[in-house]
Amino acid sequence: MRKTKKIMSLALASAMAVSLAGCGQSTPPATTAAPAETTTAAEAAETTEAPATEEADGEFNMAVCLASEPQTIDPALNSAVDGAIMVNHFFEGLVKWEDDGTGKAKTAPGQAESWEKVVNDDGTVTYTFKMRDGITWSDGQPVTAGDFEYSWKRLASPETAADYCYMIDMVKGYAEVSSGEADKDTLAIKAIDDKTLEIVLSYDCPYFEEIMAFPATFPVRQDIVEGNEEWTYDVATYIGNGPYKMQEWSHNAYINAVKNENYYNYEKLGPDSIKFTLLDDANAMLAAYKSGELDFIEEFPTDEIANYIASGDITIEDYIGCYYVCFNTEDEVFKDPLIRKAFSLAIDRNYIVENVSQSGELPATGYVPAGVNDADPSGDDFRTIGGDYYSVAPEDYEKNCEEARALLAEAGYPGGEGFPTVEYMYNTNDKHKAIGEALQSMWQEVLGVNVTLSNQDWNVFLESRKQGQYQIARNGWIADYNDPCSFIDMWYTDGGNNDAQYSNPEYDALIDAAKATSVPKERMEAFHKAEDILIKDDAVLAPVYFYTQPYMLADDIEGMYYTPLGYFFFGYTSKK
Amino acid sequence: MGKYFAKRLGMAVVTIFLVTCITFLLMNAVPGSPWLSEKNPSEATLAALNAKYGLDKPVIVQLGIYLKNLLRGDFGVSLKMQKNRAVMNIILEMFPVSAKVGALALSWAVLVGVPLGCLAAFKRGKLTDSILRVVCTLGISTPSFVVASILLVTLAGGIASLKLFPTIFDPAAGWRSYVLPCFALGFYPMCYTARQTRSAMLDSLNQEYIKTARAKGLKNSKIIFKHALRNALIPVITYLGPQVAFTLCGGFVVESVFSIPGLGRYFVQSIQNRDYPVIMGTTIFLATFIILMNAVVDLLYKVADPRIHLTKGGK
Repeated sequence: MRKTKKIMSLALASAMAVSLAGCGQSTPPATTAAPAETTTAAEAAETTEAPATEEADGEFNMAVCLASEPQTIDPALNSAVDGAIMVNHFFEGLVKWEDDGTGKAKTAPGQAESWEKVVNDDGTVTYTFKMRDGITWSDGQPVTAGDFEYSWKRLASPETAADYCYMIDMVKGYAEVSSGEADKDTLAIKAIDDKTLEIVLSYDCPYFEEIMAFPATFPVRQDIVEGNEEWTYDVATYIGNGPYKMQEWSHNAYINAVKNENYYNYEKLGPDSIKFTLLDDANAMLAAYKSGELDFIEEFPTDEIANYIASGDITIEDYIGCYYVCFNTEDEVFKDPLIRKAFSLAIDRNYIVENVSQSGELPATGYVPAGVNDADPSGDDFRTIGGDYYSVAPEDYEKNCEEARALLAEAGYPGGEGFPTVEYMYNTNDKHKAIGEALQSMWQEVLGVNVTLSNQDWNVFLESRKQGQYQIARNGWIADYNDPCSFIDMWYTDGGNNDAQYSNPEYDALIDAAKATSVPKERMEAFHKAEDILIKDDAVLAPVYFYTQPYMLADDIEGMYYTPLGYFFFGYTSKK
Repeated sequence: MGKYFAKRLGMAVVTIFLVTCITFLLMNAVPGSPWLSEKNPSEATLAALNAKYGLDKPVIVQLGIYLKNLLRGDFGVSLKMQKNRAVMNIILEMFPVSAKVGALALSWAVLVGVPLGCLAAFKRGKLTDSILRVVCTLGISTPSFVVASILLVTLAGGIASLKLFPTIFDPAAGWRSYVLPCFALGFYPMCYTARQTRSAMLDSLNQEYIKTARAKGLKNSKIIFKHALRNALIPVITYLGPQVAFTLCGGFVVESVFSIPGLGRYFVQSIQNRDYPVIMGTTIFLATFIILMNAVVDLLYKVADPRIHLTKGGK
């Protein structure tokens, strides 16, 4: 099977090569094709002041670049961070993100002015929302509770086939609706009247407020969306209820957004327009930023980023995500937790962060990253309470290595003797390659084992990893919402993202327990125990680092804010 | 002539049919799917997606449906890259951008390349010829992304005092956006054309009829441009025919470097994304265009050399 796939890929690759040779000069399809390495940090410092946005009549037009053409800007269908940022500017949910005064986003009432929460006797929870006065769509029609009812049902319905439908799986009736067993009208969300919305949850979900601020739950208009699959592509039909509205979409070039005069907070908005420039080459983004054509970028050429961090041009924000190595627990070799643990301990995480990835990442001491809330959101975070599973202090590395060697010996391979050659797989990318090479040499030096590297095209890689056709694979996870559940529940037996093919009844039981309780403390205890099993006992994966979000913003712009879920908000920025 | 074109058209239809079938089958044989991402959708969602876009049927049935729709001019909708948008709309929007950049690039390549080639042939062995040879060798051996990157980091803001052109391509901003990409895209064909012209020119300058023309006392310019060049153009046309199709459909690398919203870059991305309808649409479009350009080339042969008979194959 594997062999035929290889042959087929080869055949298509050659077909591609032929067409490529035609489609321009026959150069390899490298997305990193523009080596602008010759530019230095010093030059950047000189040119960053260039005022890109100054207009003669004092208008403030901001130009930002998030990524290339979004796959969709339909709130329900979008599953990408860049799409989510745009959707956040074009739409608004029951709850919205607001600047807390320090550039960090906090939740605040959005389209809903206030709500009541009642825990019912059977454990279900009823939320009753009162809609804000004077909320309208960008074409002037009022936003009603019914719009939310329609949109949430649309999100849950299998016909919509939304990637993020499961975000509202706490709503009563979701399971039946999403599987197609029940009509979507059985979902427990109901508009009592235009101004009152009622949602019943099957359990008391602690992160429900964040869900209401999650782009997939934003309202869309039935009369626009129904029967028109291309509604997002036309300015006339892309009707939103957010602070900005689309003025022009030049595909693969830019999306221009202007202030929505029907937005209730119109007076407070900052930029007269926000131009989301759509580029797909990190070198081009950097060049455009340096030449003053862009005010904000968040993606950088790998080999330049360290210089810009050192010079202070790049700001680094938290980002709730973890870069890790996952082991195939069904593999002949890696089914032994001792071996997995030995491989994990032999990783010098400091070296990778400081010398390889170099983007200000944090060496990972567990799977759930720093910044994820525990039972009390204002107290210590989940990681602090959960503690470190191994020390990442540089002076302890030798000790970790000793332990790793001991574990490998215990597994029957003292000094790596007799250990079969194993393969580390990553998707074709310079950064992943560099990290793979570092891991390879650490495992070889510390454990005396032979590791080969292999890389695959992104899509093939995802398929192999999902099917468990690998031994060790690169992996990464970014949270959907600020709760450990987003990380922990993916390793449930047969879970859709359980690439390690991991199955442990004890672990599953803890997840079930966590989901069943509504007492925050109990819930978190179960998650902590589950993580203990995952990392300490079974070493299913070896966390490498916690992601960070680097960005550059023009010096003369202030008022941008950010959530560690990766969302930037530009709507309330101003020029100094 | 009519019969010739009827035959040609028939062959074109067969070719496109074959291209369609082969691409469709190969594309489906490659592992991966448009729905995969770092976050895998649930089984239920996957099933719903496959059902919605007809990917749940056997490949051969899908192919049949695709061909049937194709006959009605329906290229389907994008599955991923511009979700739910009609592929035809995407192509019709992106092709003109690529075509404009490509046409400008090729125009300058030909308008400069051919005369330079003539000049080099005429000044054979002299300093001009040597200089041109160095330039052309450089142009042919330098990949377009290198040319593009050098231009980008020097003239588009990399050197602050030399910022003559915008970094981000914007068709609305006028001619400035076009200068660098067109130069980068046309540099290689220009050099290649110049070299082709030079050697073809040298070839025809040694022909008997040129000697006759000289003996008649014709002016040099007339000998070169009227008599020699016409013969020398045949190999150049042969090269330029498919090149027009390729260049007009977008130089992937140059489009990427200059962020041009063109078809070339899209074509490659569609394969990486497994956006099946987009892969099919762009492939069929490109194939049709190449077939068309080949027909044009054949016609041009006849213009350049009336002795060529299209129907009899060769002279």
